[in-house]
Amino acid sequence: MPEPVALKLTAKDFKSDQEVRWCPGCGDYAILAAVQSFMPELNIPRERIVFVSGIGCSSRFPYYMNTYGMHSIHGRAPAIATGLSATRPDLSVWVVTGDGDALSIGGNHLIHALRRNVNLKILLFNNRIYGLTKGQYSPTSELGKITKSTPAGSADSPFNPLSLALGAEATFVGRTIDSDRKHLQSVLRAAAEHNGSAFVEIYQNCNIFNDGAFDELKDPGTRDDYLIRLEHGQPITFGKDGQFCVVHPPGGFGLEVRETAMVSPEEIVVHDAGVAEPAYAFALSRLPGLDLRNTPIGVFRNVSRPSYDDLVQSQLEAAKAKVTGTPEDQLAGLLSSGDTWTII
Amino acid sequence: MTKQVRQLDRVVIRFAGDSGDGMQLTGDRFTSETAQLGNDISTLPNFPAEIRAPAGTLPGVSSFQVHFADYDILTPGDAPNVLVAMNPAALKANLVDLPRGADIIVNTDEFTKRNLAKVGYAANPLEDGSLDGYAVHPVGLTSMTVGALAEHDVSKKDAERAKNMFALGLLSWMYSRPYESTIRFLERKFAARPELVTANIAAFKAGWNFGETTEDFSVRYEVKPAKMPPGTYRNITGNAALALGIIAAGVRSKLPVFLGAYPITPASDILHELSKHKRFGITTMQAEDEIAAIGAALGAAYGGSLGITTTSGPGVALKGETISLAVALELPLVVVDVQRAGPSTGMPTKTEQADLNMALFGRHGEAPVAVIAPRSPSDCFHAAIEAARIALTHRTPVILLSDNYVANGSEPWLLPDVDSLPDLRVEFATQPNGEDGSTFLPYLRDPRTLARPWAIPGTPGLEHRIGGLEKADKTGDISYDPANHDFMVRTRAARIEAIEVPDLEVEDPDGDARVLVLGWGSTYGPIGAACRALRQRGQSVAQAHLRHLAPMPRNVGEVLRRYDRVVIPEMNLGQLANVIRARFLVDAIPYNQVRGLPFTAAELETMLEEVVKNA
Ligand SMILES: Cc1ncc(C[n+]2csc(CCOP(=O)(O)OP(=O)(O)O)c2C)c(N)n1
Ligand code: SF4
Ligand SMILES: [Mg+2]
Repeated sequence: MPEPVALKLTAKDFKSDQEVRWCPGCGDYAILAAVQSFMPELNIPRERIVFVSGIGCSSRFPYYMNTYGMHSIHGRAPAIATGLSATRPDLSVWVVTGDGDALSIGGNHLIHALRRNVNLKILLFNNRIYGLTKGQYSPTSELGKITKSTPAGSADSPFNPLSLALGAEATFVGRTIDSDRKHLQSVLRAAAEHNGSAFVEIYQNCNIFNDGAFDELKDPGTRDDYLIRLEHGQPITFGKDGQFCVVHPPGGFGLEVRETAMVSPEEIVVHDAGVAEPAYAFALSRLPGLDLRNTPIGVFRNVSRPSYDDLVQSQLEAAKAKVTGTPEDQLAGLLSSGDTWTII
Repeated sequence: MTKQVRQLDRVVIRFAGDSGDGMQLTGDRFTSETAQLGNDISTLPNFPAEIRAPAGTLPGVSSFQVHFADYDILTPGDAPNVLVAMNPAALKANLVDLPRGADIIVNTDEFTKRNLAKVGYAANPLEDGSLDGYAVHPVGLTSMTVGALAEHDVSKKDAERAKNMFALGLLSWMYSRPYESTIRFLERKFAARPELVTANIAAFKAGWNFGETTEDFSVRYEVKPAKMPPGTYRNITGNAALALGIIAAGVRSKLPVFLGAYPITPASDILHELSKHKRFGITTMQAEDEIAAIGAALGAAYGGSLGITTTSGPGVALKGETISLAVALELPLVVVDVQRAGPSTGMPTKTEQADLNMALFGRHGEAPVAVIAPRSPSDCFHAAIEAARIALTHRTPVILLSDNYVANGSEPWLLPDVDSLPDLRVEFATQPNGEDGSTFLPYLRDPRTLARPWAIPGTPGLEHRIGGLEKADKTGDISYDPANHDFMVRTRAARIEAIEVPDLEVEDPDGDARVLVLGWGSTYGPIGAACRALRQRGQSVAQAHLRHLAPMPRNVGEVLRRYDRVVIPEMNLGQLANVIRARFLVDAIPYNQVRGLPFTAAELETMLEEVVKNA
């Protein structure tokens, strides 16, 4: 992890000179602004921050950040970022990806980065659609979704990105929404502090091909009754008047939503992102229905496990510690090891 | 009993048995003893793809051929003088390659009715006269080994398994090999089980003593050391040499090395070897697939490491998109393809050179890369360093085309002096390079190499973005400008052409050859041996071998035009020949074979003789 130093950076320092080219009204703008104004908080010099992305509207992100950045190829950002992060522990490496990029073509790399616990902050912009290719359904689109490539409705069941990440042994899993800057930044903050992979799903509106996908979570009239704001150490209640809560029914496998008035206070689950057993965060990830009711946002899981980067570096250091002599001497020794013979 | 000692100038021995019989190890040990004696050597292992094919069957036969001589040799030999057959399957599978008169040492214990039936022998070939033209030596290898170990504290199974050491002892006696290195090897290998050390040494000595006492072996042979340039040697396989070359490239560039790889035959051994050398600052990652392997290597290269990925043909197919990205990013990257017989899974343990088209052309868009190929096992060391040199100096992906034949074959290697290896140090960009003194232009090029600056993350003031989208000249900003794209495509091609490579050398000792044989990669040995044989018979023929396939040496066209006929032997259907014909308008004659095996010198000699006669 890079050492924080006292820098006086502002959001402006993180804006590159490139013209931002998303559709007017796209949720990506809000995320970009939130990230740019969050970055100074990291207190990491810009040259030590790298954004790596795949392909998609969302993946244009690095071009707009005045840090180091690579816009790579479809789905492969986690793999590329793994090589960078493992060899350069001094860097803060962020991956920006879309629902198609991360979960379809790049699904394999995502799960392996998470199980390895590479020190990457992975931001998945989930608009539940393929934006850049103009509106085909994605692996997070609802069953039956009508799109350009599914005129009769999609026959594919979607992934739940958080359930997937948890199944892949992710040590940090969170969710936030493009339109709620304060919340978004609070999740980024926790992700940045995490050593290892941090997986953050950001609900993002594609106003061209899937407009309003998350409206219930944003509309002042519905959002409080739909959203569960997870706070570490706090009982999980929600609704305009706290009228709903989350309980763990005895004998059941998961968590359920109840009316607060109908349960005794000690039955209400107190959120603990540090629960070692992933089943708890998994149960949280299963709460929302198809209608977006009971959608938890915040940090679901935040546990500690050695990162891939640390393990790789400590093996390297242990091996190097035993070395005597120059690398050239070492090499000469290695070349002439084994059965050799000399001709005079 | 005193034995007659006969001098030979060269011998080819093939050890063949079931894949569980330890023939690779036996061959390896014999090779090592032979190396100690100072003969020139060339070896060819040949094993099944299955880890344990059903015992005693033809598909389960594994063999190891070693050719050694008192002069310098180029191939593992066409036909064995001696076959060691551990069972009927080994005899049946290898007899076709044996010239009449050859020695056959068979393990009679395995010639049971059942084993004979397994491979379709109606009658016992040791008794039905079908081997009359050969010098057959029936030996009860298993029973004699078990007998010799009767007093040892080992299980019957372990005693039987030591039969390969009995065979090795016998052959070592026959060819007067020094065996100290084998004793040391056994002590190391079985260090955890001392009873196996003594048992295996006893089996070896029993084999040796058997040769000395039995009347069946009346002659002992000697092959004098070869006259080789002075220096220290070791025997090395291509894969091991390649791994050492990568380590050397790391040392000479003073860069950390990152290898991303996904296991695949016949490339996995490079991953295994490099994973042992972390002390040199080498990180190896067994990725989730070939795409991740090259992706991680490219990510590491972006961060300032020497990025390498190793694979075989199917893996290169998967890596194609990322190689194109590396072409666009203009970052250094070495992609090693240890070719095997395709298409698809093909014959994974057999050799072929059929990935040349893929290396040269197998990507989307105009995506030129440098391509080089080693010509022998030890040459893999220098080829790896050369690949790293080109990648680092020219900021480009380089594909190194090895193949199963050089990867698993071995030969003596004159150890290089480390200080004489090329200096591969490169400089990272540290300062803005724009005219105003403050902007950084990531695509401003070095006028000589056309390479762009390598500005690694962590460098203050040089923050910039790169990506697969077309870039504007100099600034690297996204650009859809038609003229800019045309310029960038041509520049990327010119970048590869700007790589300096040594001229193509021609070997034509008589100086009057009218026929040129042009080869690339692992065909060097068989072509060279065929040319020598022809010359010994008074014919003139010239040989040239391409190490750099992209860019090609500048004098190739001129060299080709000097000859009336150009012949191009390849283990594919004419891939280099097509390139040569298209590029130089030379009516080259392709000579092709795709049997999963290297050319024999004899078949090339016959073919070349025909061409020379008609030239
Ligand atoms: C190998 C490859 N296949 C297909 C594409 C075309 N493609 C580009 S982006 C994309 C989907 C993007 O969807 P998503 O990841 O959800 O990103 P969004 O545009 O929605 O942000 C596809 C299929 C490509 N660039 N590369
Ligand atoms: S297509 Fe959708 S996701 Fe893409 S830029 Fe436009 S609004 Fe944003
Ligand atoms: Mg999308």
